[in-house]
Amino acid sequence: MTLIEGLTALLLLTGAFFMLMGAVGIVRMPDLFMRMSATTKSATLGVSFMMLAVALHFNDLAIGARALATILFVFLTAPIAAHMIARAGYLRGVSLWQGTISDELQGRYDMETGELESGTPAMAPPQGEPED
Amino acid sequence: MTLHDLALYLVLPLLGIALLLALWRLLRGPRTPDRVVALDLMVTLGLGTIAGYAIATDQAALLDVALVLALISFLGTTAFAYYLQRRPEA
Repeated sequence: MTLIEGLTALLLLTGAFFMLMGAVGIVRMPDLFMRMSATTKSATLGVSFMMLAVALHFNDLAIGARALATILFVFLTAPIAAHMIARAGYLRGVSLWQGTISDELQGRYDMETGELESGTPAMAPPQGEPED
Repeated sequence: MTLHDLALYLVLPLLGIALLLALWRLLRGPRTPDRVVALDLMVTLGLGTIAGYAIATDQAALLDVALVLALISFLGTTAFAYYLQRRPEA
């Protein structure tokens, strides 16, 4: 087994592991946003590892460029897609996990127009008691 | 163990298990955004499967499919997000 083959095998296995962890995350996590946080990042990383393995394995300029273009495209679009679904889910009132301790978006979204208010907090001061 | 065997007997089964797990979430819900996330994950897993299969069979032409699939999945997820946001409560 040459060095390139060993490196390809390592990249393939790492990629498959990350993708499997993403799938475990989508089953095990308790609410939409945690599921998204588990899947989007690890699956994207897994795809990029596997595409790097392909680029190493074929050792050809055209194929390597295609693999790198796929990586670039996935890295560009995955966060945008995840943000759009998360926003749509939040605006539709998807419930958070019961153990959630902080929702910084609460009261910030105009539920009619979907616009996000930013800047200094216009609401009540922090609820929690100061720490002892 | 050659690289082809590794891809065929270890990497592709792992991705198959991952696809089944994502399919479970797709069928179970509980709400529509969860299903959309599961669908998105399944497409990403499909990209990985194509990469593994390309190595297992030495067919580099399969990578074009991966590129087009990535493009279409982004359009699909965006459309789903708009649909979810515009649709009245259900």
